[in-house]
Amino acid sequence: MTPANRLRALFLTPAAAVMLATLGVPLAIVATYSFLSRGAYGGVEIPWTQENYTRLLDPLYGGIFLRSAWISLLATVGCLVLAFPLALFIARSGARKNLYLALVILPFWTSFLIRLYAWMFLLRDTGLINTALEALGVIHAPLPMLYNEGAVLLGLIYGYLPFAVLPLYATLERQDPALLDAAADLGATPVHALFRITIPLSMPGIWAAAILVFVPCVGTYIVSDLLGGSKTVLIGNLVQNQFTSSRDWPFGAAASLVLIGAAIGMLLLMRKSREELL
Amino acid sequence: MKRALPLYALGAYLFLHLPLAILAIFSVNASRFTIWEGFSLKWYRAMFADRDLLESAANSLLIAVAATILATIIGTLAAYALWKKASPWLAGSLYLSLVTPEIVTGISLLAFFQWIFRYLHLRLGMHTVILAHVSFSIAYVVLVVIARLRSFDPALEEAALDLGETEFGAFYRVTLPYLAPAIAAAAMLAFTVSIDDYVITSLVAGVDSRTLPMVIYAMARRGVNPVLNAVSTVVVAGLGALILISERLRRTA
Repeated sequence: MTPANRLRALFLTPAAAVMLATLGVPLAIVATYSFLSRGAYGGVEIPWTQENYTRLLDPLYGGIFLRSAWISLLATVGCLVLAFPLALFIARSGARKNLYLALVILPFWTSFLIRLYAWMFLLRDTGLINTALEALGVIHAPLPMLYNEGAVLLGLIYGYLPFAVLPLYATLERQDPALLDAAADLGATPVHALFRITIPLSMPGIWAAAILVFVPCVGTYIVSDLLGGSKTVLIGNLVQNQFTSSRDWPFGAAASLVLIGAAIGMLLLMRKSREELL
Repeated sequence: MKRALPLYALGAYLFLHLPLAILAIFSVNASRFTIWEGFSLKWYRAMFADRDLLESAANSLLIAVAATILATIIGTLAAYALWKKASPWLAGSLYLSLVTPEIVTGISLLAFFQWIFRYLHLRLGMHTVILAHVSFSIAYVVLVVIARLRSFDPALEEAALDLGETEFGAFYRVTLPYLAPAIAAAAMLAFTVSIDDYVITSLVAGVDSRTLPMVIYAMARRGVNPVLNAVSTVVVAGLGALILISERLRRTA
């Protein structure tokens, strides 16, 4: 081994060891558990079975999967639609680009939990919005805005909007403004140029943004728990439940594996649509 | 479109920032209800009198500092190694750690810890939380550091080697100083993701390692609470300052 290779191997080892111990082995354990039976006192037992997976197809759980996929899809579309004009604005704002971008990144790294709590503060029955509307005489009884699927959708969009803005901005910023001048010279209106040039050229960024939003939405647990109340059960809540109160680890493991499968699928899609990050 | 876009952007920024600004305003409201009754710092006083909050904040800081130091060292070394030569396995697992839903990461770590604890006489506690945080922070560190390495000229290292440095010497005295701003930025990112994590932490924490997000979560689930408004304002202001510094470091880099 050359000294360079030895140094590289030495530098790689700690990260490889941590990832193997805290990602590889745990996922292998969960995969194994998903084929075992539920133990009498929680935990897992032999015999091996596929029953945990067939149970996922039960309409009760199938419905949870569909609802998670549907609400994530709505959140993804919502984020893309809201993020695109904002990314366009930042990309075309010249010298103040960095400031405008920082204003998007700031909430992205601020406590997610607290950002959700802020919406609880606004949406609850005695929250700011209901209090204000009642004071103005617009309504006489508080609107039920919290603890429903609408609140969950709002929380997802609010939480993951920055995830959508960043990749969209990255593609838009690279586009040559001369293309738009050329389009204008050839008689295209700005709206026309937007739909015929800017958006088609942004497709890689749009896909990346969609995946970056969709993946965490599908697995979300705290958004539905805090803003959805007990009424909105998504896959994340199902998994959490099996590992805590229901103590049905094999079933929770099977549901987790489906989530992981979806995440890996998305990852492969992303690799097609984006240049390598690592 | 020229005028509509800035107007839209203003609306979008209000949507992003107004909820937190409102929370900050009501954190200094004398009333516990959503009616303005005058300025008061009583919720901040109540916050500093709450032992549960202070203890969990101390736990959170300790965990975040320990996890940040470990993840930054491990991640920086890995970024350097990956920059020298790609490693599909490590890159793949780092990507996987980024896309795995937090709840799945949490339960798989819980299952893992419970499994090894059958053979070792250990329990869930600060150490398990720190290990979990190191695990999910490494990918962030690698991403930030490797981005900086992309703009580094390998000829500088070669020059150092020609001048008699060892491989490690060239890394330590030439490359590492060049990476310093990115490493600092990466450390701050790792710190913020660590100090903010609830889902994974709540699953692998023991009785002695309740963190601030866990206490915040329990309070939020019980409903709105003016003390929580004050806590939120302090956390958001602190993290915000940290992120602005980190961004500045990354850009001046």
